[in-house]
Amino acid sequence: MLSFLARRLGLLIPTFLGVTLLTFALIRLIPGDPVEVMMGERRLDPQMHAEAMQRLGLDRPLHEQYLSYLGQLAQGDLGQSLRTRESVWSEFASLFPATVELAFAALLLAGVLGLLAGTLAALKRGSLLDHGTMGLALTGYSMPIFWWALILIMFFSVELGWTPVSGRLDLLYDVEPVTGFMLIDTLLSEEQGAFLDALRHLILPAIVLGTIPLAVIARMTRSAMLEVLREDYIRAARARGLSPARLVFVHALRNALVPVLTVFGLQIGSLLSGAVLTETLFSWPGIGKWLIEAIGARDYPVVQNGILLIAALVILVSFVVDILYGLANPRIRHRQ
Amino acid sequence: MSLLEIDNLSVRYGPADAPPVVDGLDLRLEAGEVLAIVGESGSGKSQAMLALLGLIDPPGRVAADRLQFAGHDLLALGERQRRRLLGKELAMVFQDPLAALDPSYRVGFQLEEVLRQHLGLRGREARRRALELLEQVEIPAAASRLDAYPHQLSGGMAQRVAIALAIAAEPLLLIADEPTTALDVTIQAQILELLLNLQRERGMALLLISHDLAVVAECASRVCVMYAGQAVEVGALPGLFDAPAHPYTEALLAALPEAGTARRPLRGLPGSVPGRHDRPVGCLLAPRCAYVQDDCRARRPPLEAKRQSQARCYHPRNQESP
Repeated sequence: MLSFLARRLGLLIPTFLGVTLLTFALIRLIPGDPVEVMMGERRLDPQMHAEAMQRLGLDRPLHEQYLSYLGQLAQGDLGQSLRTRESVWSEFASLFPATVELAFAALLLAGVLGLLAGTLAALKRGSLLDHGTMGLALTGYSMPIFWWALILIMFFSVELGWTPVSGRLDLLYDVEPVTGFMLIDTLLSEEQGAFLDALRHLILPAIVLGTIPLAVIARMTRSAMLEVLREDYIRAARARGLSPARLVFVHALRNALVPVLTVFGLQIGSLLSGAVLTETLFSWPGIGKWLIEAIGARDYPVVQNGILLIAALVILVSFVVDILYGLANPRIRHRQ
Repeated sequence: MSLLEIDNLSVRYGPADAPPVVDGLDLRLEAGEVLAIVGESGSGKSQAMLALLGLIDPPGRVAADRLQFAGHDLLALGERQRRRLLGKELAMVFQDPLAALDPSYRVGFQLEEVLRQHLGLRGREARRRALELLEQVEIPAAASRLDAYPHQLSGGMAQRVAIALAIAAEPLLLIADEPTTALDVTIQAQILELLLNLQRERGMALLLISHDLAVVAECASRVCVMYAGQAVEVGALPGLFDAPAHPYTEALLAALPEAGTARRPLRGLPGSVPGRHDRPVGCLLAPRCAYVQDDCRARRPPLEAKRQSQARCYHPRNQESP
């Protein structure tokens, strides 16, 4: 386990270097620079442009810029936004809970419904229920997120008026940010009905963001379950007179969980990329929306370091999933 | 009344005209008896036992005139009642012990699960009983094995655990489906001895499925020889092996390598087991039998009393008194 940890940690440095190089290069490949974007439609005086660029240090050769960026990172300095003059870290930290809340809700939805649907489909293999769920899962998986989001907004928000169109909370409510998680903060606050309002804001984005993971988890659970249900130990457990519920939930699902967990972990990474789109569509004030705006403004420090933070997060999550994997599967835990 | 009474049991898969994998099996087993079922792979031994336990899933179909066990009509039993019987009065040990234990749970958990299910034991009491069971199946350092995962056990050790699981609720009948086939030769004898000891101590009946005739001759008091889904010869030991009436039994015994007769080439049976498309209308062995006559090909012989056994044969062997 220790050598495994060491190997994983050793991979971190090249991974991070790669991320910095990629984001540094890519954001500069987009036509336009921060000063041009800030000036907008107004005619830009070349003299002023050059001065502004010099002030921001963007006139230096690229390799110098990159090296000084790395130097900054080495000191733990994530720099500050060109637009707001706020430190990138504090902006990230204040927006991050919103994204976590959304991602967590989406994963919860995907995990619970996916496991349930996959298990039922496997148990009723070949039935209408099986074909129905798997057909739906395939549809969900193939659905373009932005289109799906718009359809849901049109139907539930515009036609039925059940859910709000955007944001995290109605302006009516004044909730003090304690944890940054709206569901918790509204519960802590005295505001009547704020919690339900936050929930109504959360539900559609969570569904949109959870759709693809839900489909993937449902399909994976089904195939893993089908495999496990054929195993000798399931037949042996039946021969011991165990109840169907115990067979399925204690013995089969536990073993089917091992491959599902891997998929689940992989989904967390793609969830963050999905969050960028979902947050933009629902004006959800999280890091996805923040990054999109930063790219639009060519806010180099925010884009570079925001993506670096997300990369760190994905790496952390996959690390945690690896550990969970060991917990779910004793054969891995005990391998020397 | 016998402990187990099987009349005309058949198991089928696939279309209605497909030949059954178990074809009209009749079997009687008395309490405390050791009966062996022998036959080559695919002869229907395991399928018959799974059918008995109600573990044949669709598309498999089970039919029988009578399936009686310890006063229960297994054919009429509801799911819930069947579960109360399985693992309690009627238990089974499978061929591959490592595959038959759930890899995700410790040995102790799996034992305690059965004890809770059938005996209502919980907590420390279940733990104590689980430890006793491991000691009864002669697992060294039993206390530490309670916390082991199946993958940490050797094959022989795992089979002992599987046996402990099967005997946890003191069954009247233990079915052991080739319990030693997957094990090292050196371990095989130990496991068989353990099974026979448990059988004697507890007075439970043991139904041993095997294709090792030497093992069968040593352990069982009666034997049922199966071929292509049918019982072709049933009788007491050692009489049946001394004077097999059915040519198939005779051929099986002739195929055994014998100590001291090293020069004798092993004799096999020509041809192969009939498949779906070439199943004979008459005796199933007719195409391969050296003593086949016209009536064998015309009609399927019934299971009838011969000198030492019951056999499905019109022209039985070894019938003259010595």
